[in-house]
Amino acid sequence: MKKRLALILASAMLVSSALCSLTACSGGGSNAKGHVYYLNFKPEQDQAWQDLAAAYTEETGVQVDVLTAAQGTYETTLASEIAKTDAPTLFQINGPVGFANWKDYCYDMTDAAVTKELTSDAFTVKDGGKIYGVAYVVETYGIICNTKLLQQAGHSLDEITNFETFKAVVEDIQANKAKNGFAAFTSAGMDSSSNWRFQTHLANLPIYYEYKADGIGKTDAIKGTYLDNYRAIWDLYINNATCDPGVLSTKTNDDAVAEFVNEQAVFYQNGTWAYGDVSAVGDENLQMIPIYIGAEGEENQGLCTGTENFWCVNSQAAEEDIQATLDFLEWVATSDKGTDALANAMNFVSPFKKAKEASNLFVKQDAAYTAAGKTPVDWCFATMPSEAWKDDVGSALTAYAAKQNDTSWEAVKTAFVDGWAKEVAKSKA
Amino acid sequence: MEKIMKKNPLYFCLFLLPTLLAFMIGFVVPFGMGIYLSFCKFNTMNDAKWVGINNYLQIFQGDETFTHAFWFTALFAVISTVAINVIAFLVAVALTRNFGGTNLFRTIFFMPNLLGGVLLGTIWKILINGLLLSMKQTLTTNGTYGFIGLLIVMIWQQVGYMMIIYVAGLQGVPDDLKEAARIDGANDKEILFQITIPLVMPSISMCTFLTLTNGFKLFDQNLTLTGGEPMHQSEMLALNIYSTFYDRVGWKGVGQAKAVLFFLLVGLIAIIQLKITQSKEAD
Repeated sequence: MKKRLALILASAMLVSSALCSLTACSGGGSNAKGHVYYLNFKPEQDQAWQDLAAAYTEETGVQVDVLTAAQGTYETTLASEIAKTDAPTLFQINGPVGFANWKDYCYDMTDAAVTKELTSDAFTVKDGGKIYGVAYVVETYGIICNTKLLQQAGHSLDEITNFETFKAVVEDIQANKAKNGFAAFTSAGMDSSSNWRFQTHLANLPIYYEYKADGIGKTDAIKGTYLDNYRAIWDLYINNATCDPGVLSTKTNDDAVAEFVNEQAVFYQNGTWAYGDVSAVGDENLQMIPIYIGAEGEENQGLCTGTENFWCVNSQAAEEDIQATLDFLEWVATSDKGTDALANAMNFVSPFKKAKEASNLFVKQDAAYTAAGKTPVDWCFATMPSEAWKDDVGSALTAYAAKQNDTSWEAVKTAFVDGWAKEVAKSKA
Repeated sequence: MEKIMKKNPLYFCLFLLPTLLAFMIGFVVPFGMGIYLSFCKFNTMNDAKWVGINNYLQIFQGDETFTHAFWFTALFAVISTVAINVIAFLVAVALTRNFGGTNLFRTIFFMPNLLGGVLLGTIWKILINGLLLSMKQTLTTNGTYGFIGLLIVMIWQQVGYMMIIYVAGLQGVPDDLKEAARIDGANDKEILFQITIPLVMPSISMCTFLTLTNGFKLFDQNLTLTGGEPMHQSEMLALNIYSTFYDRVGWKGVGQAKAVLFFLLVGLIAIIQLKITQSKEAD
């Protein structure tokens, strides 16, 4: 009798616990209004998005969840989140290569209200005449210069008009490093927190000029026409810096920022997003200048401006969630609160008609370059075939920095040219 | 066990059920799905398309890094197994002698185990780079440095754990056996090789099994210490699978296929190794 009682009790416990977990599963159920789940790419703007989401929920009652992936883990986070029942309704891709990966999940946004708010068609990811991705921020990078130190070294920005003149200034500053107490460049760190500045952003310039010379926008086989220029600018970066070129793999982006802010170097390659990091130097001492690599006609070259941040709506989400997400995006792009958050809390230049002017200094400088008739450099790195390609080029650059001879530069060339073709073939396999 | 099952099958099933369920959810089902996915082209689990053995062909045709990672890992596993076990055994022998502070030393040797692999890798990266930087080199200057660095980290971390197992084994060796041998005229070396080692064979097989599979499965330390740099030269199998999975569009299936091969390999090695050492165990 006792045994039977124990048995009944035990099975009752099992059943109830099973029931509990079942109900918990469906507990977060949807309501008629739908809900928005945004998987955010930029850790710097996490708080701003959380605040904006809360403001939207307060205004409309629609629930908006924002999750930010840790630096460098967006793709892995997205891959695991999107397979869940409660998947992100809003995520981002970095351009055509990212689209190829996620096209099964990209909702057709051709007729979405937010798409109509764009100032130009150029800020979209298109496939077969339909729009699947909408850019929400336009960014700019170049070489950030501390003009106060530049003056102390006896130079001015007016001297710098192309690679030759830039090189002369850099080498003179470096030659007087001991006297002045600062180097020309911050460390060109090849740690994963910093290597994208060179294997992606700097590598964009030889690709841009090759595309321009050949009149193309992407390719399956890069030729490497401007690789000698790439070598020249890389030599300049690593041999005129705060650290020995052999130790780049240990240097992080934080190291470079610290060196720049502590006035140990005059030049630091990075973009508009780094404004917050370096603003301690003082607006009056900061100027972003173009990256000259010695290509013909570069006197007329501006900063590198483009985007690799495109919003995509998850096409496999529930109908009401898709609608809620599109409504949220429209609100962000048009409402007073939304545009204000984009411009001021996040310091974004957004390609939307109603966008407010951003308070970011570098953004204003970029506008000044364009107004002066300089041609901005496109972001061609969205056409780089894979992450593996970038990492291999980065590895080769690090090895070359430690041992600067023609043999190790051959390895960079191989990774750049042959690696490109190989990676394209692999992604099509 | 069988007796209980025959006597009371209902209870048996009831009490086994929760564990069985957990095992199914946590292991059997994902494992089955993993094998299925290795024959598919997929981005997430919901959009898998069957492609047959294409992924397995890609491993050997389209990817040069896998074979290098395999040999690198094999060499690492063998050397680390030998080194860790020899050192751990010697430390255990030393710490079962009668002198003050043995418990303190055992604790100290065991401590590295309490730290996670990522943390260890990062700390050692700073330490080793600090030394190498004075010679204007880094851990990722070449693959050999990475290899030695990984060895140091693994030895430092695992010696303490294996030492505990050996200490337990050594304490189980009856003193009267050793005394009898000594009376019969055996010296220290003979006692060690003829009496102690055969009697702690179960501990040795346990420890070699653990260190060998740990060596093959190493991931955290590899990721943080070298990240496979330079040019995949210090990349071990687990990290190679990870980067295959995430670094290229449309290559998740290939990464999955590598993972299945990896499982078969580690399983096979473990079985062979277990059979060999078990046959040597004293009854």
